[in-house]
Amino acid sequence: MSIRLPRPASVAVGKTARLVTKLRGGSGSAFPGLVVERLDPQFLARTLAQLPRGVVVVSGTNGKTTTTKMVVELLRGQGLKVFTNRSGSNFTRGVVASILGEVGISGKLDADIAVLELDEAHAVHFVKAVNPRYSLLLNVMRDQLDRFGEIDTTAGMLRTIAEHTTEGVVLNREDARVAAIADSLRSQEVRYFGLDPSLRKHFPSDDDLHATTAAVEDHEPQAEPAAGTSADSLTADVLLTGLGTQEGTFQLGTERVTSELTVNGAYNTYNAAAALALVRLILGAETNRTALLESLRTVAPAFGRGESLTVGGAPVDLVLVKNPAGFRLGLSSFSADGVATMIAINDNYADGRDMSWLWDVSFESLAEQGVALVSGVRAYDMALRLTYDGVEIAAVEPDLAQALDTFLRENPDTPRRIFCTYTAMLALRKHLGSYTEVEAFN
Amino acid sequence: MTVQGTADRKEIRVLQLYPRDMNIYGDYGNALVLKRRLEWYGYHPVMLTYDPGDEFPTDPDILIGGGGQDSGQDKIQADLLGIAEKLRGLAEQEVPMLMICGLYQLFGHFFETREGFRIQGIGVLDVETYGTDNRLIGNVVSESEQFGQIIGYENHSGQTYLGSGVEPLAARVTTGEGNNQNDDGEGARYKNVLGSYLHGSLLPKNPAIADFLIDTAVHQKFGERITALQAPETAGMTLKNLTDQARVTAATRPR
Ligand SMILES: [Zn+2]
Repeated sequence: MSIRLPRPASVAVGKTARLVTKLRGGSGSAFPGLVVERLDPQFLARTLAQLPRGVVVVSGTNGKTTTTKMVVELLRGQGLKVFTNRSGSNFTRGVVASILGEVGISGKLDADIAVLELDEAHAVHFVKAVNPRYSLLLNVMRDQLDRFGEIDTTAGMLRTIAEHTTEGVVLNREDARVAAIADSLRSQEVRYFGLDPSLRKHFPSDDDLHATTAAVEDHEPQAEPAAGTSADSLTADVLLTGLGTQEGTFQLGTERVTSELTVNGAYNTYNAAAALALVRLILGAETNRTALLESLRTVAPAFGRGESLTVGGAPVDLVLVKNPAGFRLGLSSFSADGVATMIAINDNYADGRDMSWLWDVSFESLAEQGVALVSGVRAYDMALRLTYDGVEIAAVEPDLAQALDTFLRENPDTPRRIFCTYTAMLALRKHLGSYTEVEAFN
Repeated sequence: MTVQGTADRKEIRVLQLYPRDMNIYGDYGNALVLKRRLEWYGYHPVMLTYDPGDEFPTDPDILIGGGGQDSGQDKIQADLLGIAEKLRGLAEQEVPMLMICGLYQLFGHFFETREGFRIQGIGVLDVETYGTDNRLIGNVVSESEQFGQIIGYENHSGQTYLGSGVEPLAARVTTGEGNNQNDDGEGARYKNVLGSYLHGSLLPKNPAIADFLIDTAVHQKFGERITALQAPETAGMTLKNLTDQARVTAATRPR
């Protein structure tokens, strides 16, 4: 379509499309974005260009959603009006749809700054249309390989995002491929977030995994960072130096701060370090320290990422898993002791169709307790995986709703944890809504 | 399962080639399945690895290798040429091997990039691979005379063509592409060397191939055949039932 409408008209068309999609029971997310994108490709660039503090992009394979939510809350705690793509739709169209939900008919967005979570592949298109002022690049892990090709290709996408960023880029110094992006940056300020060497064993990378599970006998993750880098030679602006139960210690520049946290688990705590580094870069000397630490204490994880619900008086934790590194972190972040475990694996498009990643995770930490239920489209693949790791399974039920009913009924009094892929999580949350109040998704 | 002192069990030595650089799509699962099934057949698996610069282990009974990033293939290629004689010798002695994806390609004569640059392979398999712009990605179902239905997942942009010195591992791909977009075959076989594009991991859902590798090794080393598999039950199901269920699901999933 090559029709070019004047601005207010494209907003009105998009808004109508959004309303129509909602009335038809859709999520109100992708379709209206598509309409406006076709009618007026400059819509996004023009609207976001009006923001006084510009656009910030968060990308990487793991932890985007929670980290974006943290950055948004930390900035709001500083008194800024923040626009973000909350719908969980990572695509450019999703961003357009989010904007349409918030702009007035004039096409003006009422915000100081935009903080956007973008998939690597879509971010590449986005940053060519809209130069972000700042970007935060988290990691490159095995994920969605079936869509984008290979890890090195994904790293190249993050590099493109960094090159199109105008002011400053925050990089994960522990991820060799991400840290190396600094080599191609000339004018931008580069900052790092990182881990104290003593904590690295909690965060095995894919490369470490390949080096260690290789020898089948030896399952200990390596304490060294990814081969070929010396992470310690890079100075991190924010360093995670201590992990406690709902507590983290951070080195912020020259100051060391221990904070209670609402988020739980090692990976969410490390995401907090990433968010702090980005906010410190954006605000610099303007940062209100007291407000920042208060926001840090209260920021909650994004839905599904270590989310805790209560059903029948006992907790149900949902842990989203979508790639080997994330699954390993989920297993090592939360002890299996005294917890009933369910695993739900789907292979829909949004989950990734390739099941090979399940074989890159060691499940031996579940061997002592066993697994109560395995579910999802690929329940039998998961059950095979566990069996070859010597983990006993009480039941296999591919149907998610039935599996959830059984799991809750047979484990009424213990804490329960469900590791689930993306679309399995959506289905389980929906069904959990019949037991308890679950925050709307979308 | 009765626990036997592993010392008095017969040893089978499983060698993983280049696990550090070539195991990107769950190829570790193939090693794990061999290890466990050897135990369940009553043998003592000795798991060995070989990475660039290592001393090549003596007397391996089964060799396996996986796929890698382009950068991983660059790292190992020179080293592989250095051990080519050993590997050709083992292939001629009919030692069973399974090479997936990247190592399948490098076990052939060459990989020619789109720019026309040839990366030399070791020629154990009479196959040639050509880089293309098309990445062949998705679930694969194929039919093999010896192994029945072989189910897996492919993800490769190199396309492989078979010479007269090999036969396809599976002659007919019914879902997916396999070796290339022009013929129906998937993988290749020369003596007991199997090459395939399928990850999945391949062996968990295709135990017929795992048992072929094990049985061949056991027969060559001890002159005996494998007997009953003493595997644990899962949720009241035998390992065979569980595997069959996983195969049924995988065979019906969208590409
Ligand atoms: Zn491969």
